[in-house]
Amino acid sequence: MEHYTSIIIFSVLSLLMIAAAIAAVTSSKIMRATTYLLFVLFGTAGLYFSMFYTFLGATQITVYAGGIVVLFVFVILLIGKGSIDVTHTSKLRYMAGVLASMSGLAITLYIIKTTHFIADKLDPNGVSMRTLGKTIMGTDKYNFVLTFEVLSILLLACMVGAILIARKK
Amino acid sequence: MIIPAEYYLVLSAVLFFIGVFGFFTRRNLVSLLISTELMLNAVDINFAVFNAYCYDHLEGYIFTLFGIGIAAAETAVAIAIIINVYRNMKTIHIKNLRELKD
Repeated sequence: MEHYTSIIIFSVLSLLMIAAAIAAVTSSKIMRATTYLLFVLFGTAGLYFSMFYTFLGATQITVYAGGIVVLFVFVILLIGKGSIDVTHTSKLRYMAGVLASMSGLAITLYIIKTTHFIADKLDPNGVSMRTLGKTIMGTDKYNFVLTFEVLSILLLACMVGAILIARKK
Repeated sequence: MIIPAEYYLVLSAVLFFIGVFGFFTRRNLVSLLISTELMLNAVDINFAVFNAYCYDHLEGYIFTLFGIGIAAAETAVAIAIIINVYRNMKTIHIKNLRELKD
């Protein structure tokens, strides 16, 4: 029984995520769609935990569920009536969407099925905070201090841009 | 029992194409943003899986971390644009958004 615990948790999590994602793109009430998106994001955090990437899961919950979903709720409440009516699209466009996504999914699944992955590197200890900090802030090979600085400049520019765009004239 | 890497990849492919489907069929700016978040999320799962199962260093991990940060920045700018569009045109339905200049 203990052998199958992780696979059972994974199946439940993935079924919940797929159901929530389908509900998020088909629900006609936009607030409900946001709530379903929140379920998908929590499920993703669960996947990161199941790969022993605990810091990544914590970041996912903090930034996505705590920041982005709150932004969505804010904009829905600000816009109010204008966002409620999600009118349905035409039948032709609906069928085209189904066809495009299904064919893309079929190609991707075929490629995954025919590719052999050398997958034996999963480490049950996860990544220690010391390793992670040295990787983010280090300057050697396989270290990422330049990316970190570029990301901080990008966040600053986005903050200034968002204030500038949303400001009242 | 260790979950095979292919299971994660199949799950993330399904989530990505659900996002693509939503992007094609929804007609509302906020709904389009929700579909974009679904797709970004699926790609983040892919990065983390490849790093956890097939690779020694931490590239995928850091990519996912920074991808989450970039998604936050992108959402902030997109929501500012949506609020501005709503203030100028009183709608966020795509059919009515035919002009960018006023």
